[in-house]
Amino acid sequence: MSLSYVREEMVPPQPAPVRTTGVIAWARQNLFATPFDAVMTVIGVAFLIWAIPPIYNFIFPTFLGGDAVPPGGTVEDCRAAGAGACWAYISARMSFFIYGFYPPAEYWRPNLVFLLGALLIVPLLWPRAPFKRINALLFFVVYPIICYYLLNGGVFGLRRVPTEQWGGLLVTLIISLVGIICSMPIGILLALGRQSKLPIIKTLCVMFIELWRAVPLITILFMASIMLPLFMPQGTTVDKLLRALVGVTLFSSAYLAEVIRGGLQALPRGQYEAASSLGLSYWKSMGLIILPQALKHVIPGIVNSFIALFKDTSLVSIVGIFDLLNTVQAASSDINWSSPTQAVTGYLFAAFVFWIFCFAMSRYSIWMERRLDTGHKR
Amino acid sequence: MSEISETTVDREIDTSQMKISSTEVAIDIVGMHKWFGDFHVLRDINLRVMKGERIVIAGPSGSGKSTLIRCINRLEEHQQGDVVVNGVELTNDLKRIDEVRREVGMVFQHFNLFPHLTILQNLTLAPIWVRGIPKAEAEEAAMHYLERVKIPEQAAKYPGQLSGGQQQRVAIARSLCMQPRIMLFDEPTSALDPEMVKEVLEVMISLAEDGMTMLCVTHEMGFARQVANRVIFMDQGQIIEQNDPENFFSNPHHERTKLFLSQILH
Ligand SMILES: Nc1ncnc2c1ncn2[C@@H]1O[C@H](COP(=O)(O)OP(=O)(O)O)[C@@H](O)[C@H]1O
Ligand SMILES: [Mg+2]
Repeated sequence: MSLSYVREEMVPPQPAPVRTTGVIAWARQNLFATPFDAVMTVIGVAFLIWAIPPIYNFIFPTFLGGDAVPPGGTVEDCRAAGAGACWAYISARMSFFIYGFYPPAEYWRPNLVFLLGALLIVPLLWPRAPFKRINALLFFVVYPIICYYLLNGGVFGLRRVPTEQWGGLLVTLIISLVGIICSMPIGILLALGRQSKLPIIKTLCVMFIELWRAVPLITILFMASIMLPLFMPQGTTVDKLLRALVGVTLFSSAYLAEVIRGGLQALPRGQYEAASSLGLSYWKSMGLIILPQALKHVIPGIVNSFIALFKDTSLVSIVGIFDLLNTVQAASSDINWSSPTQAVTGYLFAAFVFWIFCFAMSRYSIWMERRLDTGHKR
Repeated sequence: MSEISETTVDREIDTSQMKISSTEVAIDIVGMHKWFGDFHVLRDINLRVMKGERIVIAGPSGSGKSTLIRCINRLEEHQQGDVVVNGVELTNDLKRIDEVRREVGMVFQHFNLFPHLTILQNLTLAPIWVRGIPKAEAEEAAMHYLERVKIPEQAAKYPGQLSGGQQQRVAIARSLCMQPRIMLFDEPTSALDPEMVKEVLEVMISLAEDGMTMLCVTHEMGFARQVANRVIFMDQGQIIEQNDPENFFSNPHHERTKLFLSQILH
């Protein structure tokens, strides 16, 4: 036997012996690979057949083959035996869900706020849109000022509308947007502070983070709305909405700080050293080298915090702020629309609205993550 | 011990620009000690580097070579003795540290390019943000240095798309963009596949030919022979022996140096 070997004929590529493509192959691989899989598949399909039709009938209106009462229906339709979700009630009370107790004559003001917000945020989130710097300046600085005066009034002959009258989706969006935008820089500073070599700064940041993380948001909101006024000098009041905003923001920034710290720690030390050895100052190396990478690595965690914050805004209802969920809850005792499915429909609607926003955030972050991937492995 | 390699570049070294100043001191280290906690990592280091010198630092792993050159741009802090770089004494004064770092380039074993920036952005970042050079001018200079390290066509790519040798050449170009007066190299070729060592050494040799003051921790003994004017041998945090390359290799005096050389040279 000789050890030497030389290939004389090249082997052309051949089709795989078993079919690995097509519907049947897919089903065999994914649904019926083992007897256990097959049983699970059958049980799963049976459950879907059992569950889907009633859900479908409840949610979808009559013209789509369901039992729900579409917008424009009457309360009698909703009270009829076997009626599904009462969408007529939702559409009738829609303005309450969106604006709360905001005076109907002034609805154009929140509408303008929504419109301006959409016009500014879409190009901001779309990476290829031009004028990013101006856009950011408008959105983060000018827009909040405009919003405040537009919604609050009292200037330029606008009727004053105190924050007690703001409500619904408007308030939910205000709290979550302000919370998201303000908690991000605070969270970054806290995370950097926690890594600081200066013991005082480090201790303060650790204490702040641990304090806010250790207390439930409900407690913070209660303390802000009930206890804070006790400590304040007589006669001074801090707006209830403002107190909730501060509470939500600081609460969320403590969580964000920990997420961001994870990203900072995951960066190899060489990145810090390379930045220093080029003569970049601390803030420049953080801003140009460290944070862009660290934040990119923790996008899923950051968005997770944002989604949590968005849903947590519903807790402000317990201190008497009429956010979306609270308006839905309040409207469910509206006797003009009382029907067996009134409350359920309301909650379904609220859940759907929350889901839309959270799902959008989630999808956007996944898309952004892919976009930012420069194909480096570490 | 890290691998010793004898890669040589087969061409005549042009020594016409390699002038060692007899008056200008680039780095002056006097009686320096450093501890990591209780561990005495550098002991009584005395080293004067004149402008234009090309020094190779060798020694077994863990002997403190990296720590020594990292003390020169204050990536590590020394606890005793003086370190003066380009006439600036290194203290806790952040301004002075930044002043020194602007003039001292450093090349790392693992390149440490910024993976989120393109090659061109890697090169222009420090000139723009530290030196305040206008972007267009910085980019022009960056392209010049990329051409010098022979990879101008990679300017728009990200570091992750380049080979190790290319990344290290970019890292050298990145340092050069700051127009440093001194270059520090910490085992620049030991993370590279053998076939890429040469392209990086080529760049380092051409730097030496231009008269750059260089301190180089390396196990490339070929490079030491061809380029260095002085070889320093370190062990246990101390400078054990130094000599010109010829005498260092042919006539080592200290027992440890002999042992080290006998292990690496056959
Ligand atoms: N940051 C650090 N903290 C503690 N010990 C360290 C640190 N860096 C290096 N050392 C130790 O100091 C010694 C010298 O390290 P180094 O200068 O990297 O050696 P070399 O580069 O010669 O291999 C080694 O024993 C190493 O374990
Ligand atoms: Mg080392």
